[in-house]
Amino acid sequence: MSNDSTVKTLVVATALCVACSVLVSTAAVKLKPIQVKNKRLDVKKNLLLAAGLIESSKANEKEVNEAYTQVETKLIDLSTGKEVTDMDPATYDLEKADKDPELATEIPADEDIAKIKTRAKVRPVYLVKSGGQVSQIILPFHGKGLWSTMYGFLSLAPDTQTVKGIGFYQHGETPGLGGEIDNKKWQANWEGKKVLSENYKPTIDVIKGSVDSSTPGAESKIDGLSGATLTSNGVEASVNYWVSNEGYGKFLANFRAGGV
Amino acid sequence: MSVKKTLFDPLFNNNPIALQILGICSALAVTTKLETALVMSVAVILVTAFSSFFVSIIRNHIPSSIRIIAQMVVIASMVILTDQVLKAFVFDVSKSMSVYVGLIITNCIVMGRAEGYAMKNGPVMSLLDGIGNGIGYSFILIVVAFFRELFGSGKLMGFTVFKTIGDGGWYQPNGMALLSPSAFFIIGFIIWAIRTVKTDQIEAE
Repeated sequence: MSNDSTVKTLVVATALCVACSVLVSTAAVKLKPIQVKNKRLDVKKNLLLAAGLIESSKANEKEVNEAYTQVETKLIDLSTGKEVTDMDPATYDLEKADKDPELATEIPADEDIAKIKTRAKVRPVYLVKSGGQVSQIILPFHGKGLWSTMYGFLSLAPDTQTVKGIGFYQHGETPGLGGEIDNKKWQANWEGKKVLSENYKPTIDVIKGSVDSSTPGAESKIDGLSGATLTSNGVEASVNYWVSNEGYGKFLANFRAGGV
Repeated sequence: MSVKKTLFDPLFNNNPIALQILGICSALAVTTKLETALVMSVAVILVTAFSSFFVSIIRNHIPSSIRIIAQMVVIASMVILTDQVLKAFVFDVSKSMSVYVGLIITNCIVMGRAEGYAMKNGPVMSLLDGIGNGIGYSFILIVVAFFRELFGSGKLMGFTVFKTIGDGGWYQPNGMALLSPSAFFIIGFIIWAIRTVKTDQIEAE
């Protein structure tokens, strides 16, 4: 049969596609458990890095799990800000719940500044305790950057206003530009900034260029990333959304009132 | 062509980056650190070698009307396979390379070798040709990454060589070395060096 006959073309194309897809799907299925384990560990590691509980991103599995024992996970119903006790935090799949119509709520378009459309009704918070006292409140947050949804952690001091750290564990922003949200130097900018004003309104403003500390409101302004205005805006909107009353605001208010 | 020539010609005599000026984009992107450059090198060598190998095996059955797409299917499968393996075994590195592993699919070197060599030669020679071109690409990548990491952050493979001012040392890091344009300069210098030695590579005016 000639190579260029229609039948041969179809046969070759089909055979090649089947062979390749079998190969690819076998690899994907076989390697999935290891990848999932890596990903979970990476999420934990980034949480600890945002909280400053581990220093180096090169920490191994044992160090991560050891440091993680200081972290207590609670599930919070965001509409009331109260803890949910009939669910197990260890098995709660947040990413799935964010998209599941049963478990998530739609965000009205005018309030959806983080551009995520839906969010889970119940979300975890992570409390870091030292000496019986809560020393940090870590909120998982996400929002749209330029290309991708950025997933990260925001660590707040017990006053719920002051940032202790920020970190991202998953995003697809341009490496070298928007991808610089992973840059430790830029993340260090956030430390000590106020995400909530005196009357607890979201205040974070990622500006263009660098912040002059003598200007009014400098305590809630963050240096923008050059060449990554849209990513910077995305981070600003995400943080502001998640600390507002639409996000974790009610929980933070309860926390301040001592009711957690 | 002899085995030796197939394997080592792409290193200096016919380097895919320095002479053919292919695959520049990824050479800019993954060379800020030596470690990522090394992993990228291994990934590209494997993908080029095995996609050439498999394309060569089925070369007599590929209808010419769909040959490019058939090559792409093979290449894409190899790339996904590599990506999956990296994600499973070197998660941190695969994370820092983000989209660039997937973009090996569009690396002109891989496709160039499949179309230009593997379609006309036997599987073993194609495999060697793929390895050779992969090594040629890796050589440039590693040299570029060496200089960029050394001058950009004063480190090599993550270990401090020049202590930077930020850490209380004396070295003022050259921020530009971490930005993409610096890779162009370094590649330019490499091409200059190679062409100074091998004058036959200089194009006629």
